[in-house]
Amino acid sequence: MVSSANPRTTPIRVLVAKPGLDGHDRGAKVMVRALRDAGMEVIYTGLFQTPEMIARAAIDEDADVIGLSILSGAHLALFPKIFAELEKAGVDDVLVVAGGTIPNEDVPRVKELGVAEVFGPGTPMEEAVRFIREHAPDRSGE
Amino acid sequence: MTVTQSDRLVERFRAGDRAALARLISWVENGRPAGLRAMAELYRATGQAYVVGITGPPGAGKSTLTNALIRGYRTRGKTVAVVAVDPSSALTGGATLGDRIRMLENFDDPDVYIRSMATRGEMGGLSLAVGAVVHLLDAYGFDVILIETVGVGQDEVDVGELADTTLLLQVPGLGDAIQTIKAGVLEIADLLVVNKADMAGANDLVRDLRMMLRLGEHGPWVAPIVETVATEHRNVDTLIDKIEQHAAYLAESGEGRRRRERRDRREVSRLARRWLAAQVDAVLAEADTRELLVDLGRRETDPWRVATEAARRSAGRFQRSG
Repeated sequence: MVSSANPRTTPIRVLVAKPGLDGHDRGAKVMVRALRDAGMEVIYTGLFQTPEMIARAAIDEDADVIGLSILSGAHLALFPKIFAELEKAGVDDVLVVAGGTIPNEDVPRVKELGVAEVFGPGTPMEEAVRFIREHAPDRSGE
Repeated sequence: MTVTQSDRLVERFRAGDRAALARLISWVENGRPAGLRAMAELYRATGQAYVVGITGPPGAGKSTLTNALIRGYRTRGKTVAVVAVDPSSALTGGATLGDRIRMLENFDDPDVYIRSMATRGEMGGLSLAVGAVVHLLDAYGFDVILIETVGVGQDEVDVGELADTTLLLQVPGLGDAIQTIKAGVLEIADLLVVNKADMAGANDLVRDLRMMLRLGEHGPWVAPIVETVATEHRNVDTLIDKIEQHAAYLAESGEGRRRRERRDRREVSRLARRWLAAQVDAVLAEADTRELLVDLGRRETDPWRVATEAARRSAGRFQRSG
């Protein structure tokens, strides 16, 4: 079997998605740029994504991480559907983080759904990058 | 890592599980031994898909055309997989993979699979990694595999190595076609697509391309020029007809068989050379060789002699490991 002698550490693959109907993706785009500059491979799917579209993209792209950017306030309606779709496909090892405008009182419920961390407005980019780097699933032991 | 897990993934893959396909692609892309073992097991099932390469300068509309081609092929009842390749940053290794944005029309169709890949800065590694992913998509059973890659560096030539039919996209307004198409690139095009054909300058571009084709050397197949407006799906059906004509030409002339033989040989050659290069790197890290390098630094020997010795030891390593 031909294989490389030196095991290569591979870039973290992140899907950045904008669920729902708000039309502002400046924050998402800044995030895309920051993650890319941190050496990650970032798949950006654009605005107005349904939960089904996001889950499908994450599954097909085998993303290590899903970054959800949401400003519309519909997080409690949309996030559960994303997790349901992932579960249906048998994908249970994706790190999901969220950013945007999620009120503090909703954070516990969002985390209960399976979101690992919520980055509110004004979170320094380095903090989100560090969190993703430290918590992205290590699939090398599969 | 256990063999059982890779076996289970292969099993799920064979049962048509998309998540298993996606995970196996990552394994193969990352060069993991379990991925390569799975690949070896699945390889026999390949050789069925028709592979179309789509290349051209940034902004030519490759992703939009790919989206239109997906729909066109789906209308004809074909299942379609896409590999969209984007460059990695040489500085950070990161990449922005944004081609999916233009291909969302077909997101809920189970017979469409889209995968983004970064080049990861490997010379020739692109075609090895993309080639392996194409094998997996082929084994999974997709009828048509579209490889989309930007025409910079060697990438556009690489895609010509992997595809049965290669489309070269051009758009009006990028300047003189004679200057924008690099040497060696026109030769890989089986079909020339003038996209955004509703823009000013399209006719001039078609005329220039026609002239370039006439001046160049070509065999019995002369690349047709197809004018499309991918955003409106205009003429995309004609384009698929032309791709099918090219497929028929490849089959009838024997050129298709020759291409596939060439592709197989090149893949084996690249894999073997990568393996040998890894042996050389390992030898250069050995203490004995480092001594030779010290001698070289003192000018007591020369690079040619050391290289010969390193190659000899690499071959020795190879025999021991084989």
